[in-house]
Amino acid sequence: MGEAGMNDAGRGASVTLADLEKRYDRVNAVDGVSLDILSGEFLTLLGPSGSGKTSTLMMIAGFETPTAGDIAIDGTSVVAMPPYRRNIGMVFQNYALFPHLTVDENIGFPLKQRGVPKAERAKLVAEALELVHLPGYGERYPRQLSGGQQQRVAVARAVVFKPRLLLMDEPLGALDKQLRENLQLEMRRLHSDLGITFIYVTHDQEEALTMSDRIAVMNDGKVAQVGSPEDLYDRPSDRFVAGFIGESNFLPAIVRGMEDDVVIAECDGALIRAMCPGRPASGDKVTLTTRPERLRFADSAWNATTPQNRLSVTVTEAVFAGERCRYMLQAGDGTSMVLKEPSSAAIRRRAIGERAEISWSVADTILV
Amino acid sequence: MSEIAQPSPIAVPLGAVRPLLLNWRRHVPLLLVAPLLIYMLVLYALPVLAMLLRSLNDPTWTLSHYTALFEDVVFAKTFWITINTSVTVTLGCLVLGYPVAMGLVRAKAMAPLILIVILLPFWTSVLVRSYAWMVLLGRHGLVNEGLIAIGMIDRPLRILNTPLATQIAMIHILLPYMILPIANALRQIDPSLIRAASGLGATPFMTFRQIILPLSMSGVAAGTLLTFVLALGFYITPAMVGGPRDITLSMLIAQEVDQLNWPYAATLSAVLLATALAILAAARHLPGVGNAFRMSMR
Repeated sequence: MGEAGMNDAGRGASVTLADLEKRYDRVNAVDGVSLDILSGEFLTLLGPSGSGKTSTLMMIAGFETPTAGDIAIDGTSVVAMPPYRRNIGMVFQNYALFPHLTVDENIGFPLKQRGVPKAERAKLVAEALELVHLPGYGERYPRQLSGGQQQRVAVARAVVFKPRLLLMDEPLGALDKQLRENLQLEMRRLHSDLGITFIYVTHDQEEALTMSDRIAVMNDGKVAQVGSPEDLYDRPSDRFVAGFIGESNFLPAIVRGMEDDVVIAECDGALIRAMCPGRPASGDKVTLTTRPERLRFADSAWNATTPQNRLSVTVTEAVFAGERCRYMLQAGDGTSMVLKEPSSAAIRRRAIGERAEISWSVADTILV
Repeated sequence: MSEIAQPSPIAVPLGAVRPLLLNWRRHVPLLLVAPLLIYMLVLYALPVLAMLLRSLNDPTWTLSHYTALFEDVVFAKTFWITINTSVTVTLGCLVLGYPVAMGLVRAKAMAPLILIVILLPFWTSVLVRSYAWMVLLGRHGLVNEGLIAIGMIDRPLRILNTPLATQIAMIHILLPYMILPIANALRQIDPSLIRAASGLGATPFMTFRQIILPLSMSGVAAGTLLTFVLALGFYITPAMVGGPRDITLSMLIAQEVDQLNWPYAATLSAVLLATALAILAAARHLPGVGNAFRMSMR
């Protein structure tokens, strides 16, 4: 079993989506998605509900038929192939365990369909239970397990037949925060143990950042940006990505000039420098973005070693949030910004209405 | 706080009244069904009981009517025909009804239309439908004329007044009782289970056999039970379209009543009732039957 698929270099399948489209009535749920998923990669499709991430996953699994475009697994188009021939593991949001079968029978189900003999089946099922830390639970029925245990069984069932690709549709969505964080780490471990390709769907940006090798941020049926967690956080390609992953400040500005790949833009009378891969023309109206935790009050004990941007603001709101203090600031032109700084006895608290000078690194400023 | 904690003069009577009030509330459901209960008791249960008693105390207290049944060839044959007809009809309903139930659950826009077609027979009397089958199955009925027209037969077949006619008509009348509980059980199956099975490598047929069929067994059991018990007591249809010699228990009872042989008719009624109750009691222990019954009655 599975030997046929082992001739490839990696243990994981590569997946290519080419101009993938799915139309329901008049709505384009998936609208021209092209994506290369590498062998052995942990790729997350991240987006708000209705962004097309689940539809995309369902088309890879074969439960939905694309309206247009192509899906290739290891270079072979699978669009015309029914789900039961694709040999893909899948974990559903609600686990989808068969309620009339025991844990052993559930995990053995994919093996049985492949004609694996009974003795061999028992051995593989026991191994899979070991893998998800549930040995000894084989005789139970799904309803006798907790949500987290059911999720582990669902994972065991999805990998027991050694597929080269595992799809997961918000598998941790129904679990509480503590359990979710534990299982996130376990999924990572499972991924490195198995070495197969994972495609993971979630709307939780923290989960995506923690687990993924690469993230494809989806919005309105399109891929907004693909990159490593660091890429997406530090260099968001557009306003949507900057706003959806983490918190961002947006500064309206007018382009005044370029210095290599740094754009100089005027914002509230001050000249702000920002990283910019393109070549905007002088006079263009643009938006600059920067992260709240990367802003500093200019007069605090802070030794800047990199080129800095500076701006005068007024404090409009001050919130103490445990490990951090969070300030709402307003620039002269009415632009509001958020600044987060560590709550330390060494740092003076700002009062509402106080005028202040803030600074932040040019490298942390992105034109979107 | 201390003021509230002290026993006030009002607290005593209220405390005494409260349990009574609670009791009164608890009995509201009973009060609501009481009129119907009394109606059924006086006009249905008591006469039935009086009727059944005649199998034991007519002319004097005796079990002889029952012991006589053991040597009664007519009874034995009738009982056999009744059971045989009921089993055949139930199996026919199951084979024809299960796919319809699946279609009903799978259909999206068409579902209301399919449901109306299934329920249509409910809105027509059994008498009218049995007459309709007489017209269809007769020597010069639509079925025979049609078969002759397409050249499959030369002379009309004898269908009316045979066991086959009874079975055809009864299956038609009882189908909804089979379809609805099965459809209900199928509707309870989480669609993601079917997707999961398919994703895990099960062909549609394997998914049906290993997932859909086992998970719908409660509906199958409920539908089978309902159909079988209803078929046991069928009278009008077998009397109208069935053969003159293929007498069912209900027909035999009617004959005996016509001849004013009340003790014998009462004995047969008791046997029919006992058979139905015995089957229901036995089936109660099948997993999920009680549940499915409740669902099908929604």
